[in-house]
Amino acid sequence: MFLSMNWISEFVDFTGLDKLALIHQFSLSTAEVENEIFMKGSDISGIIVAEIKSVEEHPESKKLHLLKVDAGKEELVDVVCGAPNVRVGMKTAFAQVGAKIGDITISPRKLAGYTSNGMCCSEAEIGISDDNSGIMEITDDIPNGTDIKDVYQIDDIVFEVDNKSLTNRPDLWGHYGIAREFSALTGRPLKPLETVDLSQFSSLPQIDMKILDPLCQRYSCLQVDNITRNVSPVNMRVRLYYCGMRAINFLADLTNYLMLEMGQPMHAFDSRKVSKIRIRRFDSPFTFKTLDNVERNIDENTLMICNDENPVAIAGIMGGLDSEIVDDTTALTLESATFDAVSIRKSTVRLSHRTDASMRYEKCLDPEMTVTAIGRFVKLMLDSDPDSKVISSLTDEYAFHYPERSFDFTKAFVDRYTGIEISNDTIVKTLESLGFETTENNDVFSVKIPSWRATKDITMKADIIEEITRIYGYDNFDVNTAESPLYPVRMAEEKTVEDRIKDLLVQKYNLHELHSYVWVYNDEYKALGISIEDNIRLVNATNPNIEIIRRSIVPTQLCQVKYNTDFSQEFGVFEIGRIADGVDSETNLCNERKKLCITLFSKVKSTEQIYLELRDILAVIADDIKYESLSFEKIEAKHSYQHPKNLNAVICDGKAIGEIGVVYPTVAKKIDKKASIVYAEIDVADFAGIVSENMVYDEPSKYPEMEVDLTFMADRFAPIGSAIDAVNSPLVKKVSVADTYTDGSGKSITVRILFSDKNKTLTREEVSAVTDKIIENLESQGISLKA
Amino acid sequence: MSEKINELRQAFSEKLESAVNTQALEEIRIEYLGKKGSVTGLLKSMKDLSNEERKSFGQQVNMLKNEITEAVAKKAEQIKQKELEKEINSVPEFDLSAPPVLDRGSYHPITLVQRECERVFRSMGFTVEDYSEIVTDYECFESLNIPKHHPARDMQDTYYLTNGQLLKSQTSAAQNAIYKKYRKALIEEGKPIKAIFPGRCFRNEATDACHENTFFQMEGVMVDRNISISNLIFFMKTMLSEVFQKDIKVRLRPGFFPFVEPGFELDISCLICGGEGCPSCKHSGWLELCPCGMIHPEVLKAGGIDPEEYTGFAFGLGMTRLAMMKYGVKDIRDLNSGNLKSLSQFTAE
Repeated sequence: MFLSMNWISEFVDFTGLDKLALIHQFSLSTAEVENEIFMKGSDISGIIVAEIKSVEEHPESKKLHLLKVDAGKEELVDVVCGAPNVRVGMKTAFAQVGAKIGDITISPRKLAGYTSNGMCCSEAEIGISDDNSGIMEITDDIPNGTDIKDVYQIDDIVFEVDNKSLTNRPDLWGHYGIAREFSALTGRPLKPLETVDLSQFSSLPQIDMKILDPLCQRYSCLQVDNITRNVSPVNMRVRLYYCGMRAINFLADLTNYLMLEMGQPMHAFDSRKVSKIRIRRFDSPFTFKTLDNVERNIDENTLMICNDENPVAIAGIMGGLDSEIVDDTTALTLESATFDAVSIRKSTVRLSHRTDASMRYEKCLDPEMTVTAIGRFVKLMLDSDPDSKVISSLTDEYAFHYPERSFDFTKAFVDRYTGIEISNDTIVKTLESLGFETTENNDVFSVKIPSWRATKDITMKADIIEEITRIYGYDNFDVNTAESPLYPVRMAEEKTVEDRIKDLLVQKYNLHELHSYVWVYNDEYKALGISIEDNIRLVNATNPNIEIIRRSIVPTQLCQVKYNTDFSQEFGVFEIGRIADGVDSETNLCNERKKLCITLFSKVKSTEQIYLELRDILAVIADDIKYESLSFEKIEAKHSYQHPKNLNAVICDGKAIGEIGVVYPTVAKKIDKKASIVYAEIDVADFAGIVSENMVYDEPSKYPEMEVDLTFMADRFAPIGSAIDAVNSPLVKKVSVADTYTDGSGKSITVRILFSDKNKTLTREEVSAVTDKIIENLESQGISLKA
Repeated sequence: MSEKINELRQAFSEKLESAVNTQALEEIRIEYLGKKGSVTGLLKSMKDLSNEERKSFGQQVNMLKNEITEAVAKKAEQIKQKELEKEINSVPEFDLSAPPVLDRGSYHPITLVQRECERVFRSMGFTVEDYSEIVTDYECFESLNIPKHHPARDMQDTYYLTNGQLLKSQTSAAQNAIYKKYRKALIEEGKPIKAIFPGRCFRNEATDACHENTFFQMEGVMVDRNISISNLIFFMKTMLSEVFQKDIKVRLRPGFFPFVEPGFELDISCLICGGEGCPSCKHSGWLELCPCGMIHPEVLKAGGIDPEEYTGFAFGLGMTRLAMMKYGVKDIRDLNSGNLKSLSQFTAE
């Protein structure tokens, strides 16, 4: 919303004050002012009122005229002018030699053979409207030679307030409300709005009007007649233009002017079309043509203004084409009303049609304003068009009153909220300046909320604090720490676990942390041949590619791996992110889980190699964070990206916490024809929930250790491990696989067993006793030592 | 006899001269001092001498023996030194001027800024809370004093889910649960509630270089008996100065958010120009950084805390924006792109 300082200063005297500094203060105390401030009129000077004394056609040009102009000097000035509306006796805006318009300085100039000693200007050239159709018309009563800035309010400071920062302030949607803020900020009084007392018309007939629907809070109307003026006074038009509205005609301008001044939208109907005003909704939908000539669908929730049964306007949004003021309109009915804000907002959304009026109604306008606005309208109308007449009495139905609000609060309450000392006097003065009737007695304040702040904005004591502090100025606050007691901060286990996992993966294994979206990427999944599994969906996704919430991070991560195949011959990525594992049937809430997902990609190593690497990464995580070991159990593939043979549950402390797997061959090939790709997904909460084993110190033996290698003909290590475990010998300290080998006789595994005894040097016999048992055990299962 | 000794001495010193390595030296040592060596032989031949002669001869032989022993040791040292020199010289001077291979992993930039903020807030006694991404309407709106049809719900285009839940549009959605979690300790033990809750938020909007539908925020709250606006300014200024590692000026402007009253927009002095005015702050000297305010009494009530007894402040920091500011990321979409060419750059903790 654009605001004119001239307009505001009609209500607050700014004499002697720095207006730019005031605007800055307004931004810090009331609402955000946009950075760019417009110094209107500053780019023109030396433009005066001049009268055209003679007009001659240019001998060679059809467009140009040769004028003699009285610019208030002794001699007439020769001017060449191309405007079509020149005529003898017309007064206009004249840029004399030496005048400035923007970057141009006017100097004598030859135009088609004749010298022009100045330039007659259009309103657009001066910057006070967008009218460039001809030169400006100025009324006869202004003496020639007068600087037009002395006649019209062309110099102005215009600033813009972000509409969003006014959502909660229905009172700030017009200049008068804004002026009240400036009054509070400057400590200067707010002048009352000059209005016409409408009670003088009470003997005139009433308008037939009835509110038939509770969505209309108040409806005030008045009939006027004989408006003969067509073009609005210049100053009114300049203000409208500076505030972003085009001048249309006197009547339309007046309603717009009222809206910008008071924030109260008004509408004028042709009285012939509305003799029986009814405000109501309809039971069934229909179409309605608004004055912008658009056919709109009206449903049973939209409040309408009607002439009896016949709709004439969409309440609070826009009038109808049929009841609009036309050329032969004489009597018109003026509407000034308030409607239920939520209803207007919803209708606006339904119609997808937001207007300056509906924007204001959505904010909960003060119903007290409707009659004042009519009084103001009549005042401005009579000022500029003295022949116009009021022909009805004020007709007003006030159906819904907001409750009167007043609060008591103590000085201690203010002190506690602010943390600084603001004097009782300042509190009272501040609130009074904003229109709150305030009294103070023994540190207890009583305030009555003014009607324009009581519709929704101020509902409780804390709201009063804001009024006091913002005018006091946050820059003036003393800044103090809190006196709250201190306690140690304990980290949540899950958070610690997450941080440790990230550190290990990044710092030990050189993996890269990624973020992905929480939904399935339809197109990307399809490209990899990953089938899209149904899950909870977004109801209002605007992009059809994102609609289903993912059940696993793995597919989204595979899409990201696909995107990075050129990054390096070999890399690993991970994410700790969320998924939804369906909806709980009892609570109807999503079963949201936090998962760690890791994918390794390699063009240089075999799938088996990186699969084992990933196994080791998981084992180190479990060992490092929980001091637990992992085991793996083959599981059945259920998703299109899982390898049917190489897929294992990851088991920690007896519980399955996730899975590790090789990517399904066709999916892997679509990512990269030659690369090996493996992944793991771990449930973070399940892992974090495992109670850590304690680390226990094992004192090394002082006696020599003995290492024994045994090579078995075996496909898998598991039976060998079980056989070693079965012996349960305290002498076995460590078991590792030294080598695996496949030749014509099959696969062999070399197991290295480290023996040690705390109390003595081991003998070969003691060790052989253990290894013999292992060999015996394995031979009974058909696993023999390699010859 | 002494001639014999001199001859021996002469011969030894010539031989020693010719010894070039440890092995040759050892052979010489054995030749003279070994069991069957020449010097040993001389000692053996003493038994044929008279007592007198034996005494003087013995002394001379012993002297020779000592001389040889010493000379061998000295020579051994020399050879060792030479061999060491040879070993040193055999190794070339290694070239460190080639670019180093920095093969390492990377953190997501959000993790980095989040950790930095967490560190600061933890040092001031704030707990770090985690919260789900899918929340209920109550958590995201109702409990935050945003009733149905409130215009604030329009301001945020929320992703609703088919079961009526939604993807949280703001980290404030965790406030209610946090009040409920800590209210007992606050009321019964007088422990103030001091918590931050970083998290991912979602808005249903079209994406471009400046807009994302998925982004990170970090909310913070502090509730106790006498928390004031003055405290709010203090904490924000102190913590932001820590986060940015420089003395930050802060400025509050009124701002409207349904869950705070009074509500503020907090600006910080421009990080680039320090307040002088530059293109990055649109010449205003200030950057709009985070919304904050005194927690709305209805929000405290919904969390089971009596607003007549307790007050508090809340703030929301845009982690995504902070990361972009800190690292100069121009396109917000880079962060969720999964592009390793972008993201692998963030190696340092």
